[in-house]
Amino acid sequence: MIRAFITCVTLFVAVPAWAEINIKEVTSPGGINAWLVEEPSIPFVALEIRFKGGTSLDAEGARGATNLMVGLLEEGTGDMDAQAFAKASEELAAQFGYDSHADAVSISARVLTENRDDALALLRKSLVAPSFPQDALDRVREQVLSGLRSDLKDPDKIAGARMAEIIYGDHPYGSAGEGTIESVTHLTREDMIAAHKGAMAKDRLFVGVVGDITAEELGPVLDALLGDLPETGAPMPGPAKVDIMGGVDVVDFDTPQSVAMFAQNGIDRDDEDFFAAYVLNTILGGGGFESRLMEEVRVKRGLSYGVYSYIVLRDLANVYMGSVSSANDRVAQAIEVIQDEWALMAAEGPTEDEVAKAKALLTGAYPLRFDGNGAIATIMVSMQMDNMPIDYITTRNDKVDAVTVEDVKRVAGELLTPEKLQFVVVGKPEGL
Amino acid sequence: MLRRFVCALATGAAMALPAQAEDQVTDFMLENGMQVVVVEDHRAPVVMHMVWYKAGSADEKPGVSGVAHFLEHLLFKATDKLESGEFSATVAANGGRDNAFTSYDVTAYHQRVAADRLELMMSMESDRMVNIRLGEEEILTERDVIIEERNQRVENNPGALFREQLNAAQYLNHRYGIPIIGWRHEMEALGLEDALDYYGTYYAPNNAILIVAGDVEPEEVKALAEQYYGVIPANPDLPERARPSEPPQTSARRMEFYDARVAQPYVTRSYLAPERNPGDQRGAAALTLLAELLGGGQTSVLSQKLQFEDKNSIYATAWYRGTSLDATTFNLLTVPAPGIGMQEAEDAMDAVVAEFMETGVDEAHLERIKMQLRASQIYERDNVDSVANRYGRGLTSGLTIADIQAWPEILQSITPEEIMAAAEMIFDRKKSVTGWLLTEEEAAQ
Repeated sequence: MIRAFITCVTLFVAVPAWAEINIKEVTSPGGINAWLVEEPSIPFVALEIRFKGGTSLDAEGARGATNLMVGLLEEGTGDMDAQAFAKASEELAAQFGYDSHADAVSISARVLTENRDDALALLRKSLVAPSFPQDALDRVREQVLSGLRSDLKDPDKIAGARMAEIIYGDHPYGSAGEGTIESVTHLTREDMIAAHKGAMAKDRLFVGVVGDITAEELGPVLDALLGDLPETGAPMPGPAKVDIMGGVDVVDFDTPQSVAMFAQNGIDRDDEDFFAAYVLNTILGGGGFESRLMEEVRVKRGLSYGVYSYIVLRDLANVYMGSVSSANDRVAQAIEVIQDEWALMAAEGPTEDEVAKAKALLTGAYPLRFDGNGAIATIMVSMQMDNMPIDYITTRNDKVDAVTVEDVKRVAGELLTPEKLQFVVVGKPEGL
Repeated sequence: MLRRFVCALATGAAMALPAQAEDQVTDFMLENGMQVVVVEDHRAPVVMHMVWYKAGSADEKPGVSGVAHFLEHLLFKATDKLESGEFSATVAANGGRDNAFTSYDVTAYHQRVAADRLELMMSMESDRMVNIRLGEEEILTERDVIIEERNQRVENNPGALFREQLNAAQYLNHRYGIPIIGWRHEMEALGLEDALDYYGTYYAPNNAILIVAGDVEPEEVKALAEQYYGVIPANPDLPERARPSEPPQTSARRMEFYDARVAQPYVTRSYLAPERNPGDQRGAAALTLLAELLGGGQTSVLSQKLQFEDKNSIYATAWYRGTSLDATTFNLLTVPAPGIGMQEAEDAMDAVVAEFMETGVDEAHLERIKMQLRASQIYERDNVDSVANRYGRGLTSGLTIADIQAWPEILQSITPEEIMAAAEMIFDRKKSVTGWLLTEEEAAQ
């Protein structure tokens, strides 16, 4: 009985009802733009602040400077040292997160309504006027170096580093944003000041705000928080030249399970075939348990706990990647299965049923993302950075629905290049 | 309400304790003994549907370690009504995501879907509570999967191998000393009968808790729960959850773990510690605050002394997880700075604790921690899944709804004296396990 019921529901899957997400574009008196969702039901505000560029802006010879600089933002400002700053944020129960990656510096903040102005004044000090004291620099540098030493013995990190080197070569994407033991050891306070000026400027600023604050209140708040940042920062690097040739690259490392990554050229978000490629990836390796790779590698053969593929959209490059881990004596078989599936999909494309299921998954799952103030703020800031229109959320599922099985078949043939699928394997793989 | 008011006054709080968090929660019991908790959040048309079984790896029989987790995997295979894999495929076809997890005290299954798909989730989840149908061939493939999972999580990770050995040393008699995923040699021998034996013993409505969180009304959940779960008979032979307890520890245990893949050595110490118990949570609350004072971030005592003042540690912390069915641990850790030896790092960590026992609790520090705990109740309302998980963890660890709801106020009411008494009780070296994680190079020296 239950199966009949399920089938019935599956056939008539409609996009579930939406919570209305009413995004307002706010421009402060000082000219700072933000996207805002007013959500007064819980007395706090979530802010997501991003500066485009991130660790890829590191100056020549100062690899790791942006990463270390971001780690020092909460370690001293004005007459406050790291301890004083931490105590002040604890007293306000404000939550500040500072992070950096290859395309952005990101600041995530959650502040209570009852002390919002004080909390944001504290956050401002760390963003606008960090002091980079030498003792803090030395202390946090040791933490970064400890992480880098660990990365050199972590098979996942080794695989990621080797793959980045193969794909991106000398471009900033080709090396770790945390820097190397050599480069980080030599970073100075002057490097921190320069990295701060270069990375955190208003010409690359994007803001998403969700919570207990009105559009009228937000304008002056933005000016007070971010208005004193410099107008312009360091020049952006040019696009990475990606031309993946394929092959299997083995990095010898003594561990029982091999970690494998794979990659080929990707597709741009602005490409008219992007949504067809997105549906394609869901079917091939992106859709969790339902993907072909998961079915063939894990469910049918038990070769791995998980296998995934993902379209990587970076600001300066597009690639199509995946990963799998298998015991040293089984990883060659896992790779062979992946290569076969890649070739099969390129040659024949998916079935009508697979496309319908993938579209149902993607359109049904999309509204589930908007389930909290912090989550919505993050989505809004990403949309701005990717130059999406403010009504994108309401049109996105239509774009998925418009994809046809013919589209996906054609894109599978054009996009997938099984002969140019590059593998990096870290471990003691047998037969490779 | 009065107690809450007094509490806020006593701590000098500028902010009253938020009452709203618990207002989201409704609970009731089905006639067959299945408990139901509903957490409402109507901001988005999304629901989290979870079934928590009061059975985890510590409820396994000797010799079949990993069977609780193995069975969790097998619940995604065929039932009387669903083909193998159809459960997750159906969730996905409805735009949802599903998964499951196993720990020492619980096995839980969950799906996040649009709120109007709740009935479908209940129909399938109630089905696999009692109707799985497994074939020998299929379970052998899935056994390979869990062994690869162990490879990924444990064998490839020297830190995880080290923690496995530490736990084994900490618990001589209780099954918390055996890894949740299982010892490899026992996993390799797990069979269909082992899985079905565990399933038949523990998977029943009177051993399960249904938690539904999101855009739902309690009446609607109740009607659906009665229709799908309420019709499953209770298991009259459900065993009592009485596990072997630890003998008194009379000798400090020490261990050195060497692995060539270790890049960053560290020192860790655990002390056997009492957990939260029904109607008796003050001791655990004091230990929770003690861990925050000693190890909760930049301003904590360990971090301040070892990282900031003496600079002999890159990172130092303390932690304690009080939500556990049986005795838990209180833990310390320090990562030595370059040039600092392991013994030196351990001695420095002990000296900080000894000094803390002399100087006692900094009241301003305690007040900052309590302020953050109060605020966390506001922030948590933004994440209904987190509220749902808090109830799931608590109820499967032997606590009642009343215990879970009293916990924030108990934390606020703990005095410095109670914290120091808890510290006196915990910091007994004879009842500790100390581990050094080391590289092979250090072994050669």
